[in-house]
Amino acid sequence: MRFRVNLIVGGTLFVAVVAAGLLAPWLAHTDPVLDANLMNAEEPPGAAFWLGTDGQGRDIYSRVLYGARISLTVGIVSQLINTVIGTALGLSAGYFGGWWDDLVSGLTNLMLAIPSLVFALAIMAILSPGLTSLLIALGLTNWSFTCRLARASALSLRSQGYVQAAKVLGYSDLRIMATQMLPNMLGPIIVIGTLGMGGAVLAEAALSFLGLGIRPPQPSWGSMLSDARDQITTAPWVSIFPGLAIFVTVLGLNLLGDGLRDILDPQSRSRRA
Amino acid sequence: MPDATTPILAVEDLAVHFPMGGGLFGGARRTLKAVDGVDLVLEPGECLGLVGESGCGKSTLALSILGLQAPTRGRILLDGQDVAASHDRRARARIVQMVFQDPYSSLNPRQTVRRTLEEPLRLHGTTDKAEIESRVAAILARVGLRPDQAERYPHEFSGGQRQRIGIARALVLEPRVVVLDEPVSALDVSIRAQIINLLLDLKDQLGLAYVMISHDLGVVEHMSDRVAVMYLGRIVETGTWRDIFAAPGHPYTKALIAAIPDPFRDGVHARITGEVPNPLDPPTGCAFHPRCPDALPLCREPPAIAFEPLGTGHAARCRRVHELAA
Amino acid sequence: MSGPALQVEDLRIDLAIGERRFAAVEGVSFTIEKGETYGLVGESGCGKSITALSLIGLLRPPLSASAGRILLGGTDLRTLPARAVRALRGKRVAMIFQEPMTALNPLKPVGRQIAEMFVLHEGASWPEAERRAVEALRSVRVPAPERRARDYPHQLSGGMRQRVMIAIALACGPDLLLADEPTTALDVTVQAEILELIRDLCAERGTAVLMISHDLGLIASMCRRVGVMYAGRLVEERDSRAVFRRPSHPYTAGLVASLPLLGARLAGGRNRLREITGVVPPVTAFPDGCRFNPRCPSATEICRDVDPPPETLPPDGLVRCHHHA
Repeated sequence: MRFRVNLIVGGTLFVAVVAAGLLAPWLAHTDPVLDANLMNAEEPPGAAFWLGTDGQGRDIYSRVLYGARISLTVGIVSQLINTVIGTALGLSAGYFGGWWDDLVSGLTNLMLAIPSLVFALAIMAILSPGLTSLLIALGLTNWSFTCRLARASALSLRSQGYVQAAKVLGYSDLRIMATQMLPNMLGPIIVIGTLGMGGAVLAEAALSFLGLGIRPPQPSWGSMLSDARDQITTAPWVSIFPGLAIFVTVLGLNLLGDGLRDILDPQSRSRRA
Repeated sequence: MPDATTPILAVEDLAVHFPMGGGLFGGARRTLKAVDGVDLVLEPGECLGLVGESGCGKSTLALSILGLQAPTRGRILLDGQDVAASHDRRARARIVQMVFQDPYSSLNPRQTVRRTLEEPLRLHGTTDKAEIESRVAAILARVGLRPDQAERYPHEFSGGQRQRIGIARALVLEPRVVVLDEPVSALDVSIRAQIINLLLDLKDQLGLAYVMISHDLGVVEHMSDRVAVMYLGRIVETGTWRDIFAAPGHPYTKALIAAIPDPFRDGVHARITGEVPNPLDPPTGCAFHPRCPDALPLCREPPAIAFEPLGTGHAARCRRVHELAA
Repeated sequence: MSGPALQVEDLRIDLAIGERRFAAVEGVSFTIEKGETYGLVGESGCGKSITALSLIGLLRPPLSASAGRILLGGTDLRTLPARAVRALRGKRVAMIFQEPMTALNPLKPVGRQIAEMFVLHEGASWPEAERRAVEALRSVRVPAPERRARDYPHQLSGGMRQRVMIAIALACGPDLLLADEPTTALDVTVQAEILELIRDLCAERGTAVLMISHDLGLIASMCRRVGVMYAGRLVEERDSRAVFRRPSHPYTAGLVASLPLLGARLAGGRNRLREITGVVPPVTAFPDGCRFNPRCPSATEICRDVDPPPETLPPDGLVRCHHHA
């Protein structure tokens, strides 16, 4: 029954982070950007400031809550873009084969050869930093695993009787891919997507840490860590809490992905059937 | 009785060739002639049995008729229309459909029976809800399923019931030709009779024509009106079921029949030995001569063997067929 | 040693699901004489394949042979330690499978795979074993055995691979050969050759054969005696001619009448095939009483309540039916 534990713990963590982000305006004590007060700078955690304050006297508790919005937006939206691109390319490549398959496979191998973070760095260097640029950079660089998975599934589904039957019934290629093949490959794609979301949250943090992502004073966990670099010995709480937030989110997403894999695994499904 | 009816399906000089080998590191490009010059005629309401060993091209021929495999040469006329040239999948779908061998992989596990049957109707222009509903109910009744079973998913059915659903799907567009690819070989022995009886009933009730691929000669004898025997991409003998089973002409047909174990006699009697030759390098003359117990040097001589008539609609590609019959 | 090659007595095979145990095979008894081919016929899920696996000690949890005796020349294999059974495997009991490709090692030449049997079980030296492997290939009528011995499995056709499997199985002259659907994956012309080969070789060497198939016609033509299995039980067991000519159990009779036999239409026109209603029950839901009663046309009250005991069919057959013919 291990998979239930994965699913429950991962799901709870993920839901908690989403709730924190959504409810930030009500949960937060102060405005994350405007309420800077140098008089309160580097306060340790206490009754007034639960998680302490940063170098500019902003409430870390409030900034971590608002940071969840940015991290999750980047994680979810960019991974959604990746999943759509990867599935569309992989599914069509596996279904049609031929030169299109060669082209897509070549492109996939190219993407796999370049570390996606380095690729995203290059894109961010060209675009100006900001949320939209981040979504584009991370959304265009991490679809290769999904693409491979979708292609492999499509190759095996293509010879299934019901796909052949749909052709014989006069279904168009698009309809066959959408109604016959996609629903039967969705399970593993969702798993990869969930795991990839954790990766995207980390990548956002890394890019923001390097100053190429979310620009201060917007509260992103990565930019908060970046700001806290100099105070790590004097005021460790400034870096600990955003770091912990990243850790909890990524852990939750990975556990959730693992748990989903256990339920959506086609073998365990057929064993139940 | 020529010209009494238009054949519902006519295959004229059909060839399907696959290029093999070659590529990056050189090597001779060779051609696999999976189907090489096949002529077939199927009258409305007729069942044509297609038999032969694996690799003889019967499946490739079936795929071509269904439009799933583009022919290299030749024409396929469905109800008088050349469909090999057209790309209209939907027009073909309303004439020819297919029943698959494996009732497990041939149904989409994520669609209810109702959805499997309704979608094709909508796609082919039936929009009226009541009409769709009644046609689905009617087709379910025809194949022996209850209307309430329409809401279930494939895994809730037994193999025999799944095959019924597969038959319903093939018939929902009211086609005139159905390709049956080993329709009972994946089913439990005690279930086969149900499906064979159902297919024969449907043929009579709906005037369907069948092209049936089967390796089980008992099933072929029981169901077919005419039989075509294939060997290495060609039809080597064709005739009525009675011609083929009572008076087979080609030594290959005789060998196939002799190889079936007879439960009332002791032992099986292999009339031929060896296996189908490499189709990339087919023997000259009669392709069957290396395995044929009756082969003479003349059988090796090119060109390929022409049909020798043996009676009305009965012919075999064998140079010695008259001599052997005597 | 005299006496039969194999005696199975009251075999029971359990399927454990959680805490519950289901009898997947129950009360199965049969005897195979030396050099005789015995046929076990039945549909998927009737227990014929696991019966064969139990004879060679290859049942794995959740399946286990829980009762009965499996006497191979007087030794009870069921109670023998796993080590001892393993030592017998390949030497005194051998098996050939439906798909030889999965049973052969793809990375070794087939000659070497046969030679291994001589080295492993008879302590032969490699050169000696390789020489005998070529002879073994010749005995299964493989053309040019010296050359074929150096081939890898993927270089051979399905029929040739099955011949290699037979050569491996018969290498050490086993007392018992288990053949589980040995020709299902092959074309009919090749099937005929392989069946002839198995029967001739085993009759010649005195090897008893247990042949398993869903094809009643094939079993009847190949075997002297036939056991018909249904839902884990042997429902009819007798001379193979009689099974087809005068089937006694309603299930056997139903099967025979439901088969479109070659030549039947020529002889008597196209008659509607008799259908057996319903489906094969799963192991977890075998019905009470006679296990065939929900599908049986002649079932009565007693069939639903009382499990029919085996009754003798003259001269030496057996049937489990309250109303047998």
